[in-house]
Amino acid sequence: MNKLIVIGLMAYTLSTRALPPVPAQEQSEPITLTNATIHIGNGQVLHNAQLAFEKGKITRVGHFKALITGSTINLQGKHVYPGLILSSSNIGLIEIDAVKATNDYSETGQINPNIRSVIAYNTDSERIPPLRFNGVLLAQTTPQGGVISGTSSVVQLDAWNWQDAIIKMDDALHINWPSSWKKQFDWNSFSLSFKEDEKYQEKISAIKSLFNDSRYLTTTNNLKLATVHSVWQGDKGVHIHTNDPKAIIESITYLKSLGIINIVLVTGQAAGVVIDFLKNADIPVIIAGVHTLPQSDDSRIDEAFDLPFKLAKAGIEVSLTYPDSMNSRNLPFIAGTTVAYGNGKEEALKMITLNPAKALGIDAIYGSLEAGKSATLFITEGDALDMRGNIVTDAYIDGRKIDLNGQQQRLNEIFTLKYKQ
Amino acid sequence: MGWFTSLNLVVSFLFFIPLCLASKVPTQPINDVSDQRKSILALTHATIHLDETTVLEDATLVIEGERIISIDKNNKPLNNAITKDLSELHIYPGFILMDSDIGIPKPPKETPFRWGKKETIQSTKHGAFNSNEAIKASTQAATHYNIDTKANKTLRNLGFTTALVHQHDGVMRGTSALVNLRDDDEQKAIIQPTVSQHFSFNKGSSKQDYPVSLMGHAALIRQTLLDAQWYKKQNDMIDLDLAAINENSQLPNIIEVSNWHEILLANKIGKEFNKRFIVKTAGDSYQSIDAIAQSKQSLIVPLKKEKAPSLNNELDLFNIDYKDLKAWELTPYNPGLLADQGITFALIPDQQDSKSFLNDLRTAVKHGLSEEKALASITSIPAKMISNNEIGQIKEGAFANLVITTGNLFEENSEIAETWVAGQAHTVNGLPLLTNGEYQLTVNNENHDILIQSKAGKLIVKAAHNSDQTKYKVKQDYQFITIEMIQSTDQEESKDHIDKNGTTQQTLTGYVIDKQVKPLTSDWSLTYIRPSKTETEETNELSERPDIPFPFSAYGLITPPNYPNILIQNVTIWTNESEGIIENSDVLVTDGKIVAIGNDLKAPKHTHVINGAGMHLTSGIIDEHSHIALLSVNDVAVNSAMVRMEDAINSHDINIYRNLAGGVTAAQLLHGSANPIGGQSALVKYKWGVDADEMLIDGADRFIKFALGENVKRSSSKESIRYPLTRMGVEQIYRDQFTQAKSYQQAWNSYNKLSSSQKKKTSPPRRDLAMDIVLEILNKDRFVSCHSYVQSEINMLMKVADDFDFNINTFTHILEGYKVADKMYQHGVGGSTFSDWWAYKWEVNYAIPYNASLMHKAGVVTAINSDSAEMSRRLNQEAAKSIKYGGMSEQDAWKMVTLNPAKLLHLDDRMGSVKPGKDADLVLWSDNPLSIYAQVNKTMVDGVIYYDRDQQPILEKHIANAKKALVTKVKDHKGPKKPFRSAPEKIMHCDTLTASEHNKYHQLSGGGYDE
Repeated sequence: MNKLIVIGLMAYTLSTRALPPVPAQEQSEPITLTNATIHIGNGQVLHNAQLAFEKGKITRVGHFKALITGSTINLQGKHVYPGLILSSSNIGLIEIDAVKATNDYSETGQINPNIRSVIAYNTDSERIPPLRFNGVLLAQTTPQGGVISGTSSVVQLDAWNWQDAIIKMDDALHINWPSSWKKQFDWNSFSLSFKEDEKYQEKISAIKSLFNDSRYLTTTNNLKLATVHSVWQGDKGVHIHTNDPKAIIESITYLKSLGIINIVLVTGQAAGVVIDFLKNADIPVIIAGVHTLPQSDDSRIDEAFDLPFKLAKAGIEVSLTYPDSMNSRNLPFIAGTTVAYGNGKEEALKMITLNPAKALGIDAIYGSLEAGKSATLFITEGDALDMRGNIVTDAYIDGRKIDLNGQQQRLNEIFTLKYKQ
Repeated sequence: MGWFTSLNLVVSFLFFIPLCLASKVPTQPINDVSDQRKSILALTHATIHLDETTVLEDATLVIEGERIISIDKNNKPLNNAITKDLSELHIYPGFILMDSDIGIPKPPKETPFRWGKKETIQSTKHGAFNSNEAIKASTQAATHYNIDTKANKTLRNLGFTTALVHQHDGVMRGTSALVNLRDDDEQKAIIQPTVSQHFSFNKGSSKQDYPVSLMGHAALIRQTLLDAQWYKKQNDMIDLDLAAINENSQLPNIIEVSNWHEILLANKIGKEFNKRFIVKTAGDSYQSIDAIAQSKQSLIVPLKKEKAPSLNNELDLFNIDYKDLKAWELTPYNPGLLADQGITFALIPDQQDSKSFLNDLRTAVKHGLSEEKALASITSIPAKMISNNEIGQIKEGAFANLVITTGNLFEENSEIAETWVAGQAHTVNGLPLLTNGEYQLTVNNENHDILIQSKAGKLIVKAAHNSDQTKYKVKQDYQFITIEMIQSTDQEESKDHIDKNGTTQQTLTGYVIDKQVKPLTSDWSLTYIRPSKTETEETNELSERPDIPFPFSAYGLITPPNYPNILIQNVTIWTNESEGIIENSDVLVTDGKIVAIGNDLKAPKHTHVINGAGMHLTSGIIDEHSHIALLSVNDVAVNSAMVRMEDAINSHDINIYRNLAGGVTAAQLLHGSANPIGGQSALVKYKWGVDADEMLIDGADRFIKFALGENVKRSSSKESIRYPLTRMGVEQIYRDQFTQAKSYQQAWNSYNKLSSSQKKKTSPPRRDLAMDIVLEILNKDRFVSCHSYVQSEINMLMKVADDFDFNINTFTHILEGYKVADKMYQHGVGGSTFSDWWAYKWEVNYAIPYNASLMHKAGVVTAINSDSAEMSRRLNQEAAKSIKYGGMSEQDAWKMVTLNPAKLLHLDDRMGSVKPGKDADLVLWSDNPLSIYAQVNKTMVDGVIYYDRDQQPILEKHIANAKKALVTKVKDHKGPKKPFRSAPEKIMHCDTLTASEHNKYHQLSGGGYDE
């Protein structure tokens, strides 16, 4: 290659490398994807099929003979998937773990229902482009910490600012349900152990009194009560976070006794202990962490890997998430991992598309590739759940074709060119 | 004669007044007229246990002053002796407490080390003492010993008459003293002022940071013992601790450990210095009994009591580990097991709860320890351990240290009546007032058969026959006893004393002398008939010893099959050699080696044949960077080269098995990244069910961890003062250490050149274990794996290495390796990186997942490593990411986790590919190993199949049943329950010192990183 061109290219790339990708323009003309393997997200796959979308909405999906106006993209040999949904994530609220100034995901205090993540959601976060690069196009940006962490919102991952990113504002209240045992480091044996939490009752009472006191709003000047009141009104879901079997039973039984319907459980291997309970409770379950170690020394080696399948087989609506936004780009691969341990491929896909859409209450528009829904999708060279096939060539959010590259791709480009000199 | 006996009884009740039997300190001034006596005392008709094997029935023990002067089988009357009738009582040698700090001042409170604090680099202790505050070798227990009468009494009540005391503080704790537990004078109580030299792997109250790790403690012991040798020959300085070590070099060495792993580590260090340690254990030796038996060290073993995990319902099981349940079940068997293995040991009380010592000793006997061994372990064996023949046995000339019991020590109902220390009796429960047994009580000419028994010094009276409803109450007032007899009137038609409840009550008072009751009134009498029929107790059934899993884990319940030959047929072989991928072929394994690859290979006799149709066979995954299977990871010295990871290997870590289930067969276990120069690596094969030493790869090259950047310059700590605090300082540390190493070598070279007469006149250079290792690097005898992130520091270290004429072997993590890949190639260094980690700290901000591909394309030998117990079990997926990011070919991607790490670890001549002659470290996969859908079917290390997916359902069921059985046992158990539970196994990383910080981040995600 001509050295001059290389240097020119480098200069061009360098000038843009520190900047986040430019959000895409609205869809200008109808687009039809043809000859594609279309993974609907609801368990179905259509081979050699078409998908058309216009003004950001899917107009039809299936096998059609009649032509459509607008541009046509031949996807022979390629796959189309609904945009993956990352739930319970601190995305946009943290940049670098070790740099405190960049951490905005956990407010001080224990009872923070009024805290709203969306206003801190940074659309320019360097963590976002790698997600999109792997097919993750929607996320629930969620506060963490304390007993009641605050209120999350669902966003799409290609926006100029948080306001434009909102899909569902203030969608759910997040509670870290207390356990009667808490983790404690023991300096004598130099090991971690569980110790009875003396504050357990106090924490439970705090949650319960918050719900009681917010049922009938007698004052308008209490921000905390006002937030929880909207849960009673049915405007907001409650997401319970716990990995303790007893806390699962206690929290869900309690909330149901209040008549609250929109409950979601975010949990780990504890779910495996209370499968019957969860089945009867009939609530969505989000498994946070497939790539984790088995709970204890005697746990089955595959415990974390085959749990989602076990729950789904019992009839539970399972979603998967990768809560640590540092590594959340690997969301498709945890779904893939469950396939090696019993799950069906399309079932696994459903756990990161339609099921989380349902859990977050956005399934009317997102989560699957069906006519009338948003054209939020991505195209891959191969199997999106496998590292070798997850080569994303194009992605659309609400019909807008987004830029897939981020800092990583730009640096790769620069140094590939450097070594070609 | 009777008169004398009763006088003695009174005397024994008043033991705290120094009477004639206590001998005085001869040098003491007297504030009285002289009153020297040497009374002779005969304890007659006793059952005397001279030692654990010799018992004399109905014999006499004669004591003069502090010592035993004779033992007489025939109870020959002595004219000049006061006699005391001990018929039906037993006399045992006084017990010896082999580990105590009684009478020794308590050390200051320990301040736990935490990263982030301002460092304490120097010793904070003033005076001419060792430069490491944890070395307190000049401490002499004898100079600090101060009689603690309250504590003495507590111990005597358990039967202890003698204790070996030392200050439990520091890594070298100085010397112990042997004391009799008497209350009068230290001059008399101390019977041996300097007995043994004490060690531990716990720095105690030392405020100095180094050492914090187990390996660091081991290194400090080694360096200090070497320093002591050097100290003899030097003339530059005074170090009272080193001087004391030399002075005490002939004493027995006792080391305290906190788990069984450290017992073996003590043995290793002992061998290096030609010492044999006596090891004070934590009571958990049963978890690795064979290795401990082989070490042939004598042990001091606490009678540890493990509380049962509390379990209210099935939901609790989620947080209760099989290991906790099993430890609870097995702990009482520990002493019996040690005895069966022929291990010499002394028993001591449980340190958390010593009060129940006698009970705990009996519990040990019920769990397989013989009575003889039990007795020996608290008498003759401890005496032998410290070569003292004046205690531990009843024999002429020995101290009259005695335990007088109401029956055989190991019988449930027998009690300690008195404990004698140096001829002085101390009441525990007191001698029984009356002989235990059946009596006839005659009241108003009516006879009542009653049973009398002493318990805790109190008489208990009850009706001999179950049909007899009469109740008795006994009151004791020294030699006076009062029996209250309460009878129901419907049974007995007594005329008088009918009270409102329809009972009659009689009060009978008498005076006891010579074990006979003299009634004060003539309407009653009490006559001894016979001993009570020994209720044939539940014949002390020995509980059968449960199985002990090895390794001590639920997954230790299996032993892998041992096949001399294994033939895998019709399999797709990823050779990593020029043959590439061979489809539908066979691989033959014999004696741990790959011997043939080809079609239709013939199976020799006794061959285990595996049908590999539809499956893929690869060489095992090698993890260049791991911290699993380690007891600790990080020490804090800026140059920690003296620290050896092989001192801290935990071959019982369940993560070994989990890694095998992910196809990992070998790894470099690295020191953490807190120091520019870290510790020496351990190169291991993951073998499940072997001892730590067997995991080490024989003949492997030697490696060491270096680290650069934020961890080294303590970026996470605002208060850090440790040099270096910048990358500029880090470079200077390296230049300085290498410069010093060169001059260190020069100093030795010139010393070694001296003639032997010149050597005698010259102080030798001080041997420095850290410098030894730095020198090995310069001499290309040890290879560097350096934790690194940004290009500037990577470049810097290559420059430094060039200047000192050696090569860096591997940059690990190396997230900006792609920026200087060309320079790395020129230097000849490899890169072992994460597939796609960033965003956890500033220095990884420019990390890209294309790093592996870019380095690989630039010709750098590139590997992908885990640094995580979780991620390591799916390194095949991590390798496959190089296909997505950078378009690497499948075969090259696969080499990132097999052949390339083998090359980086200099093991590629025997591992890393499927080739005849190489080690049979093989993995059978259900699918293309790079596929997300691939599962490991079998993992073999040196030809042994350690993981077999086909066997998992059986094993899992076995584990579930074993746990269920333990749960049932716990539910039936009435004893105390634990207020805590084990948490999930910790995952350790480069920076990990404790698991707590880590857990905060990784509770649910399970991901992990090298922060």
